[in-house]
Amino acid sequence: MTAKKEDQLLNDHNHDGIDRRGFLKCMAWAGTGALCVMQGGVLKSYALNRIPEMGPEAMGELSFVQISDSHMGFNKAANPDVVGTLKAAVDKINGLATPPEFMLHTGDISHLSKPEEFDTVDQILKSASAKDVFFVPGEHDVLNDDGKQYLERYGKGAKGAGWYSFEKKGVHFIGLVNVMNLKAGGLGTLGSEQLEWLEHDVKHLKHSTPIVVFAHIPLWSVYPEWGWGTQDSAEALAYLKKFGSVTVLNGHIHQTMQKVEGSVTFHTAASTAFPQPAPGKADSPGPMKVPAEQLKTVLGITDVNYVRGQQALAVVDSSLA
Amino acid sequence: MRRSVSIAVLLAAIGMGTARLSGGIGDFTASAQQKPETVEVKIDNFSFGPAELTVSAGTTVTWTNRDDIPHTVVSTDKVFKSKVLDTDEKFSFTFTQVGSFPYFCSIHPKMTGKVVVK
Repeated sequence: MTAKKEDQLLNDHNHDGIDRRGFLKCMAWAGTGALCVMQGGVLKSYALNRIPEMGPEAMGELSFVQISDSHMGFNKAANPDVVGTLKAAVDKINGLATPPEFMLHTGDISHLSKPEEFDTVDQILKSASAKDVFFVPGEHDVLNDDGKQYLERYGKGAKGAGWYSFEKKGVHFIGLVNVMNLKAGGLGTLGSEQLEWLEHDVKHLKHSTPIVVFAHIPLWSVYPEWGWGTQDSAEALAYLKKFGSVTVLNGHIHQTMQKVEGSVTFHTAASTAFPQPAPGKADSPGPMKVPAEQLKTVLGITDVNYVRGQQALAVVDSSLA
Repeated sequence: MRRSVSIAVLLAAIGMGTARLSGGIGDFTASAQQKPETVEVKIDNFSFGPAELTVSAGTTVTWTNRDDIPHTVVSTDKVFKSKVLDTDEKFSFTFTQVGSFPYFCSIHPKMTGKVVVK
């Protein structure tokens, strides 16, 4: 996946004919609370305050929320109160016009893999309207014990280091783990055992099945210098090439970012704990301090809606303030 | 009783005399040897500073995390491995063998360093 061509749609094998101008307009609105819905192959954007006008069909049949990087236990200058901001994220979720059916947490649940940190997150998420939460681990969740504690808490029924899949209303969800066995100088890694599992998991699915893949580290090359990428994701994406709609949801970089490549939409979520700098805009990818009154504007949640019969899922980021 | 005491005093005196003599020899040889060293590596901004360090055998290297994010110090050849170091926590390892010891942070694997022991 090299740089320049990525923002253009070179493959149109579903004859979507995505309108690039409409797409770019939507992307400019992302983060300020816009809903982009695919209608007849064209992305149309609606400001969030117009949503009550739209009928229930427009709101979709499946609604879920992604949160990420809660880093429970972090207490440095960039955010001394990660409990408060996670609670604000839950309030935001509970205020959504369409209550989500469930949530995805794309990892770095805890900051130091401490039991009390996981307990606190579990406790706070209990007040969310969506009671089911599906997790994948971040690198901060598998410290010290090769991920044993993470698996005990969140990996029931999962394979290997915690990968698994499930179906909701005809949409196939796949949780992947790319934070184990990281090699010196390397990026995120899926590994051959997980890739083999993925190949078999999707082998017999109809091409029209919408796919949602969620994993902590981005599955596309956001900024390799900072480790923001997965070295063997190309093989995973090859197994998903046949599908008409693939949505990849990641975390790790603590900012929203999106990219479309053919029928695959890549998206990263904001953190509920602290922001990180844009690629290359600082010496290192560490926590970025912003004035206290601005903090909630750079943290956020992601709301996802699926309308049966439409191709892409509607992915909407909203900040906490 | 008195004889055994005086023998004990005599032996003690000989012992002390010997000790003073060997102490003297010890002082002489100590000044010709290098004193064991401790060298600091600072972890900050997702990097090890200095990233490449050359030390003599017997040196203890102490890594201190000055970053606002936890890091680890893990030898790629499994020679040493720290626990997770939060801000201000330290890890030390004494390099007794000569050789090249590349290492990295297992949480942020793009962070790499090397200790060369001569």
